[in-house]
Amino acid sequence: MGRGTTADVGLRRPVLSLTSVLALCLAALAFGAVMIGPFALSPGQTVMALLGQGDAQASIVVWNIRVPRVAAALLVGAALAAAGASYQALFRNPLVSPDILGVSAGAGLGAVAGIFLSLPVAAIQASAFVGGMAAVGFVTLVASMVRNTDRTLTLVLIGVVIGALAGAATSLLKVMADPYDQLPAITFWLLGSLAAITTDDILPALPMVLIGLVPLALLRWRINVLSLGDEEACALGIEVGRIRFLVIAAATLITASVTALAGVVGWVGLVIPHIARMLVGPGFGRLLPVSVLIGAGYLLIVDTLARTIAQVEVPLGILTAVIGAPFFVWLLARGRRGWS
Amino acid sequence: MLDARELAIGYGATEIGSGLSLSVKTGDILCLLGPNGCGKTTLFRTLLGLLPALSGQVLLGGKPITAQRRAEIARQIAYVPQAHAPPFPFEALEVVLMGRTARLGTFGQPGQRDRETALTAMRKLGIGDLAHRDYSRLSGGQRQLVLIARALAQEAPLIVMDEPTASLDFGNQVQVLAQIKALAQEAAGAGHGVILSTHDPDQAFALDARVLLMKDGRTRAEGSASEVLTGENLSDVYGIPVTVETTGSGRRVCLPSLGRQSAPTMTSDAFTMA
Repeated sequence: MGRGTTADVGLRRPVLSLTSVLALCLAALAFGAVMIGPFALSPGQTVMALLGQGDAQASIVVWNIRVPRVAAALLVGAALAAAGASYQALFRNPLVSPDILGVSAGAGLGAVAGIFLSLPVAAIQASAFVGGMAAVGFVTLVASMVRNTDRTLTLVLIGVVIGALAGAATSLLKVMADPYDQLPAITFWLLGSLAAITTDDILPALPMVLIGLVPLALLRWRINVLSLGDEEACALGIEVGRIRFLVIAAATLITASVTALAGVVGWVGLVIPHIARMLVGPGFGRLLPVSVLIGAGYLLIVDTLARTIAQVEVPLGILTAVIGAPFFVWLLARGRRGWS
Repeated sequence: MLDARELAIGYGATEIGSGLSLSVKTGDILCLLGPNGCGKTTLFRTLLGLLPALSGQVLLGGKPITAQRRAEIARQIAYVPQAHAPPFPFEALEVVLMGRTARLGTFGQPGQRDRETALTAMRKLGIGDLAHRDYSRLSGGQRQLVLIARALAQEAPLIVMDEPTASLDFGNQVQVLAQIKALAQEAAGAGHGVILSTHDPDQAFALDARVLLMKDGRTRAEGSASEVLTGENLSDVYGIPVTVETTGSGRRVCLPSLGRQSAPTMTSDAFTMA
C-alpha cells in the first residue's frame, strides 16, 4: 500500500488478510476441539461424523456433545470480547471489562435466585438474562437521575454501587441456600462453565448476540469518536447520549445472553480487546471483528483445557483468571504505545 | 455567523459570568483574554452549545443554537481543544478524519473523499507526513496542529480554540499563531472566523485581533487590540503593573514589571478582605 507516497490515503495495514487468517485458524481450532476429549476421535472419524456418516457412537459424541460445546465456547468468547471492546471505547478506558455496569452481578443474582428456587435450567438461564439486563437498566436509570456533568463517570460509579448491592443479595442467597445441593451449583455457576451445554441452550443466546452485534458494527465510526470523550464527540457532531445508550444496550444484551448461558466468565472481555488493539490498532471498524475472532478462539482453547486437563471439569472463570491475570500484567509492563 | 447576546453562563445554579455579548463572522479573529477562572472556558462551552446558557441566547447562522442538532452545529462551528492524549493510539489521520463525523450519516463511515479532505487539511498545516504516525506519541505542538487540521477537515466556517498555544514551546507557538492568522485571511469568502483564548496579550497584537477582555465573568473591555490592551486595562484585570510599549518596528508589546510585583494591589486586597 506504499506508505510514504502522497497518493496513499489509506489507513494502517489492510485488515482483510488478517481477518481471514484468524478465521482460518479459528476453523482449525474448532475442528481440533471437536476431536479432543475422553472419547478421542481421529481427523477422519471427525469429518465422517460431521458429514453424518461413519459409526453411530462417534456421530452422537460429535453432534450431541462436542459441537454444541465448541459452538457455545466460540459464541461466549466472541460475545464477551465484542462487549469488552465496545465498553473500553465507550468508557475511554482500557481497564474496563463488560461487567463494568453490573451486568455480571445482575445476571449472577438472577441465576442464583433461580437455583435457590430450584427452577428448571431454562428458567435459571432466563432469570440470569433478566437479572443482567435489569441491573444495567437500573444503573442507566439511576445515572440519568443524578445531576452530574460527567455522565460516563456517573454511570461507572452507579454501576459499582448496583453491582455491590447485587453481590450482597447473591451472598445472602448463598448463606440461605441448601449447602449440599444448591450451594455447589451456585458456586459452579458463578465461576462459569460450559459443561452439560446442549444445542437447546445455545439457540436462544445466538440470535441475541447477533442482534447486539449489529448496532455495534453499524456504529463503529461513532464509537471511535466517542472514545475522545463526551464533550469533543458532541462538538464533532454526535448525539452522545443517544449513541451511548445504543452501545450500552447492545453490549449488555450480548453479555447478559452469554452470561446466562455460561455463567460468569471473567477476563475475556478485558484482555482480548488489548490483543486485538495490538494487532490492528484502536479503530473500532477493525477492532470489533478481530476481537470477535480472537475472543472466540481464546475461549475455545480455554474451554477445551477446562474439560481435558483434569478428571473433573475446571470452572472456566478459574482458568480465564489464571491465564488472563499474568498476561494482563505482562501487557501493562510492556508499556508500549500508551494503552494499547 | 455567531452572535451571543447578553449571555449569563454557568453550571446549574452557579452563575460564572453574565452580560456577555459577542459577534464573530468569517475573517474575524476574536481573542479572549482574562485571568484564570474568569469564565473563558465556560463561555466557550456555552458558545459551542455544550452547556446551556443561563439566560440570553447564542445564535449560530441566525438560528438559536439550542434548536439545532449536534451535526448541524458541528457543520458551522469547530472546536479545537487543548492538545490532549486520547486513551487509545489512533493514527493522526484517524483523529483528523473524526472531523468528518458531522458530514456522515449515523451509521456512516468516512470514505475515500473524506480521507482526501483530511489529508489536504494536514498538508495545508504542513503535517502531511504525520498522517500515519501514532497521535498519542506526537509532541504537544504536533498534536495541536493535528487538532487544528481536524477542525479544517470539519469544514466549518467558525473555529473555537481553547488556549491553542498553551504548553507549546516558543517556536511552535509562533507556528500555530501564523496558521491561525492564515486561516482567517484566506482568499475572499473562504476565510474562517476564529475565536481563541490565550494567556499572552502579545498574541492579540501579533494576530491583530479583536479582543474581549474578561474579568470575573464580565466584559471588561472590547475592541481592537490596541484599544483594549492598554497598560491600565491589563494592570486592572491581571492585578499586576503592566506597561504597553511600541518597539522600533512598530509592534506593541506588553511589559509586566517584576520589580514592584503587585505589592500595592496585594496590600489593598488584604485591607479590603480584613
